[in-house]
Amino acid sequence: MEVATKDHAELAEIFNKDEERVDWHDETLWWIRAKRDKSVHQLPEWEALREAASNIKHNVLSDLNNYLQQFEAAAQANGIIVHWAANDIEHNEIVHRLLVENKVTQMVKSKSMLTEECHLNDYLAKHGIEVIDSDLGERIVQLAGEAPSHIVLPCIHKKKEEIGDLFHMYLGTPSNMSDPQFLTETARGSLRETFLTRKVALTGVNFAIAETGEFVVCTNEGNADMGAHLADVHIACMGIEKLIPNREHLGIFLRLLTRSATGQPITTYSSHFKKPREGQQMHLVLVDNGRSIQLGREDFRNSLKCIRCGACMNTCPVYRRSGGHSYHTAVAGPIGSILAPNFDMRKYADLPFASTLCGSCTNVCPVKIDIHDQLYKWRQVLVKEGYAPTGKKIAMQVMAKTLSSPTLYHAAGKMGRLTIKYAPFAVSNKLNPWYKQREMPESPEQSFGEWYSKNRGKK
Amino acid sequence: MTVGLFIPCYVDQFYPGAAIATLQLLEKLGVTVVYPPNQTCCGQPMANSGFEHLSGGCNRLFIDNFSGFDYIVSPSGSCVLHIREHLHDDKRPELAKEVAHQVWELTSFLTDVLKVESLPARFPHKVGVHQSCHGQRGLHLSSMTELVAPDFSKPGSLLAMVKDLELVELDRKDECCGFGGTFCVVEEAVSAKMGKDRVADHLKHGAEFITGADMSCLMHMEGILKRQGSKVKVLHIAEILNSEG
Repeated sequence: MEVATKDHAELAEIFNKDEERVDWHDETLWWIRAKRDKSVHQLPEWEALREAASNIKHNVLSDLNNYLQQFEAAAQANGIIVHWAANDIEHNEIVHRLLVENKVTQMVKSKSMLTEECHLNDYLAKHGIEVIDSDLGERIVQLAGEAPSHIVLPCIHKKKEEIGDLFHMYLGTPSNMSDPQFLTETARGSLRETFLTRKVALTGVNFAIAETGEFVVCTNEGNADMGAHLADVHIACMGIEKLIPNREHLGIFLRLLTRSATGQPITTYSSHFKKPREGQQMHLVLVDNGRSIQLGREDFRNSLKCIRCGACMNTCPVYRRSGGHSYHTAVAGPIGSILAPNFDMRKYADLPFASTLCGSCTNVCPVKIDIHDQLYKWRQVLVKEGYAPTGKKIAMQVMAKTLSSPTLYHAAGKMGRLTIKYAPFAVSNKLNPWYKQREMPESPEQSFGEWYSKNRGKK
Repeated sequence: MTVGLFIPCYVDQFYPGAAIATLQLLEKLGVTVVYPPNQTCCGQPMANSGFEHLSGGCNRLFIDNFSGFDYIVSPSGSCVLHIREHLHDDKRPELAKEVAHQVWELTSFLTDVLKVESLPARFPHKVGVHQSCHGQRGLHLSSMTELVAPDFSKPGSLLAMVKDLELVELDRKDECCGFGGTFCVVEEAVSAKMGKDRVADHLKHGAEFITGADMSCLMHMEGILKRQGSKVKVLHIAEILNSEG
């Protein structure tokens, strides 16, 4: 994975060069947000469900070490082999070792954002192992040589005509095919052969239940099941925050997850994996990769409640108009912007600023993460840690000084108004980003303060 | 009842009409209003940019200017939210808390404190309401489309009291306009696109005026309307509520 050299604002500006495409991207995601609204408004208990889920996750995070040990013991008793990975490198090494031990050079994978976070595909490719992504959207971005732009809808940035071109190039379909039914059938046919010939299948995990040692994978395509059921070895990878205490809690999360994600009442497949079938190996890799550091940051701890529904992306007016790739990280959008700085403050210092702090993300979050408040708090942390550009730092110091003195403020206000009025070229030019697509406000004869002292001051 | 009038810095400098309307409207409703002349800014421009630690001077000035009033009222949801959530002073922590609790956004003050039920205003035009995010999602001036909760709107109820005013329905009734403070220049491309889309929704539904409880969002949309050569105007809600009957 290449290190991004452009920040969110620059990448978003490039995305916005094609306005028609921005409109299409925005409308597509807004349509999903509207579906979500329609679906949740059918449940009078919706807000109570969110509250319950948030509290359950709060409980898990406050006692994570014990829940993890309980889960490990229960999973082992079921015959699952449990592995612990402190970081992305350990995770990738564990998966690679299991492949080597089983003497395979090909693997089928169902959708897993954790493996995207760890850049598993690149790592395995370097070690001569071919990974085929079996989720349709992931398969499409894999063919295109891109990363997913959305955690639930990996190829939402691609138009069906572009997918038709990719399939023509890689899967041998006739050119200019863009019928979704035809393209899906083609992918299905090509993947069927993959499913039948791969000995190892890797899946993600949506929920892991501490009480029973089982884990649950939610998909709409059934590709995780197809992969896991046909393979001799099933490897499941999960972040340590995916736990819930008991099976009875699962219903709350399953009701919230897909309504939030796409507006469906539930995923087509909610598959429970508890123990390997006769002769099969089942491995579970528990990955920390910065999560325990985030757990230690009081202001940002709640971000670990995330169940990866993507609702905050669909509702985010900035995400819809800048595209997932502009966030240059595996998990884009508002949630990605509060998770990423935990990994690397320098690299992701721009992301908490890629928001108007409108708060819509917080309102749609099914586990009530205070996303926009955390964006605000990350801004404070990043500036204090020294990741603010020098120009901005100076501008802010000047502004703070001016606004801390009524005399300076009145003088500067007057000067600003006079400049706009008599020397508009000084502000209405290319150097002023405001002026690029917007006119400056008109300059009034007097400020309110001046009006007040003339009209009311002597009362 | 004596109210301290808190006029945000950019309203003071660029939109005195909105401030005058706020003052006159409150006086019309029988409130004694005082404007402390040494007020400047709530400190939000620094704080939202990550420089909250530089807003100490603004905090001290705010407390100096506004402690002692029965209420502090301002025609800006965003600045009020900032004061409510972030006003603090290490030397006077209790006083800071007290002052922060006395700050009210204009439309909620009219609705919840003055309990206004009628207004002598007339505005015979088609008007689109922009729900500014900080007022709406931060101060709960109206219900939010994301939540499963009863419908209400404080600015909407007040505008419904204005004679001959016709409210237009929008496709997206509470989408952000993209102003976002320094976001409007740091993320110029997305900010401007959001503004264009918001304005287009109002234009599509035939609004002659766009109003709202935050002049900053309106300033941003006004900049776009003017660039497009549109005849549609922006007006702060106080200017409509204060219009002649």
